[in-house]
Amino acid sequence: MRRYSMFAVAREAARFHAGWERAWRSPEPKKRYDVIVVGAGGHGLATAYYLGKVHGITNVAVIEKGWLGGGNTGRNTTIIRSNYLQDPSAAIYDKALKLYEDLSQDLNYNVMFSPRGLLMLAQSEHEIRGYKRTVYANNLQGVETRWIEPAEVKDLVPILNIEGPRYPVLGALLQERGGTARHDAVAWGYARGCSNMGMDIIQQCEVTGVRTEGGKVVGVDTTKGAIDCGKLAIVVAGHSSVLAEMAGFRLPIESMALQAWVSEPIKPTIDVVVMANLVHGYMSQSDKGELVIGGGTDGFNNYTQRGSWHHVEETTRALVETFPIISRLKMLRQWGGIVDMTGDRSPIISKTPVENIFVDCGWGTGGFKAIPGSGWAMAELVAKGEPGPLAADFGLNRFREGRFIDESVAAGVAH
Amino acid sequence: MLTLQCPYCGVTVEETELAPGGEAHLKRFGPGSSDDDFEAYMFARKNPKGVHFERWRHAYGCGKWFLAARCTATLEVFGTYPAQTTEPPADLIAKIKEKRPTWEGYK
Ligand SMILES: Cc1cc2nc3c(=O)[nH]c(=O)nc-3n(C[C@H](O)[C@H](O)[C@H](O)COP(=O)(O)OP(=O)(O)OC[C@H]3O[C@@H](n4cnc5c(N)ncnc54)[C@H](O)[C@@H]3O)c2cc1C
Ligand SMILES: [Zn+2]
Repeated sequence: MRRYSMFAVAREAARFHAGWERAWRSPEPKKRYDVIVVGAGGHGLATAYYLGKVHGITNVAVIEKGWLGGGNTGRNTTIIRSNYLQDPSAAIYDKALKLYEDLSQDLNYNVMFSPRGLLMLAQSEHEIRGYKRTVYANNLQGVETRWIEPAEVKDLVPILNIEGPRYPVLGALLQERGGTARHDAVAWGYARGCSNMGMDIIQQCEVTGVRTEGGKVVGVDTTKGAIDCGKLAIVVAGHSSVLAEMAGFRLPIESMALQAWVSEPIKPTIDVVVMANLVHGYMSQSDKGELVIGGGTDGFNNYTQRGSWHHVEETTRALVETFPIISRLKMLRQWGGIVDMTGDRSPIISKTPVENIFVDCGWGTGGFKAIPGSGWAMAELVAKGEPGPLAADFGLNRFREGRFIDESVAAGVAH
Repeated sequence: MLTLQCPYCGVTVEETELAPGGEAHLKRFGPGSSDDDFEAYMFARKNPKGVHFERWRHAYGCGKWFLAARCTATLEVFGTYPAQTTEPPADLIAKIKEKRPTWEGYK
């Protein structure tokens, strides 16, 4: 792999950009791998990357039914933050945020991480108390967040109507280290890193069956034939229940549609991320100038990557009241992804009833921000066969034992 | 936009008039049951990509719970029926089998 650098840009500029090589190889599958990761989203690719980088396991394939990054990783609104409530969440989301901070250098790939600051608006008395509690919890966890008064909110976001009759802004929780990154680049950067370590990323290859012998995984069936493996990591977000069914167990997960949409591009108007959880909407501005908007999930099981229209209407309506200047903007595109929802709104990084099968799922509406931390924790679990400190609390056994990691408030709106 | 027929009112309504309630026909396990059964009842879900039996409430209508058979991969609705049943009705199963010949049936 040739490194990207200023000199590379200059060199290629001098020869009509004829020398750029492909960022990753597209090989045919081998007969056997030590580890097969199913799903080339951010989480699957990061798992493979840290398996190689941290644990020295490189005989790895990442198998993807579509194109890499084409699932939720390429469909999300890229909000990154670590201001969750419970200690296990703070640990893994903040690990992810710290890895994001120098991910571009680590991967030699510009993921355009932009810690522009993130606000969660309090628009009811209840939210004031809830967010103050989160600030106190975060400070104990070593995650810097602070409570700010309406005047400072207005200062940070002049286009915000803080005196709206229905949704007045009563203050906000601010995480200055929060922000966004380029979603595709995160997948592409990890993919390039994996390929560079000799791992095979096999796209357009669907896993159709999981083969086990004596309660142990031995391989998978795919649309490109059977492939053997020592260990299997299932990292397929909305399709986790489908893969679990192939392996003969069930998960505490339901798949639902979550949508996002963007406006026509306009000049810079908002340079922080604003989440308004009470009205179920959030907004930021992309580098292209589009306002990136998202809201809540549908309430019913769905695998179609299309969501219900009324969510778009409700969220846009609320955001127009919150940011009156957007009322004349045209919306350009709308799309959906299938998110994997757990009851406590926390992820699952776990062993499974089948030996040597591991799952990393349940990130639901908010797993983009977690990609590096999740990959790190999952790689450790797969390499050692036992969870390390980051993953320990996120096992499947927490449901049986009633040890929920309740983030239904901190997860608030879907993001 | 998803539309379902309320089996009590007989009207076909769109989803903003309804409240979804998740998987149908769950068998309840309470005190005295095994940990496995209780855990499965509380948390494990089929969440299939395909034919799904599920609960809905006609929230802004008669207020009653009813059940529906729907394909989660296409959003096609096969039919709805009253909630006072422990299994999907046989004629509905037959109708689904006709439309989805490879479907392995209600389990
Ligand atoms: C509209 C929307 C907005 C969001 N906004 C945010 C946000 O602002 N911030 C945030 O942190 N998170 C957000 N999220 C959540 C975030 O996108 C996800 O949690 C995260 O991207 C999940 O990554 P993943 O790698 O687990 O899954 P995915 O990226 O979905 O990857 C899973 C891959 O598995 C593949 N796969 C499935 N079945 C098979 C099979 N049988 N064989 C082979 N491959 C298979 C799929 O094709 C897919 O590419 C949002 C999600 C959506 C949908
Ligand atoms: Zn009714």
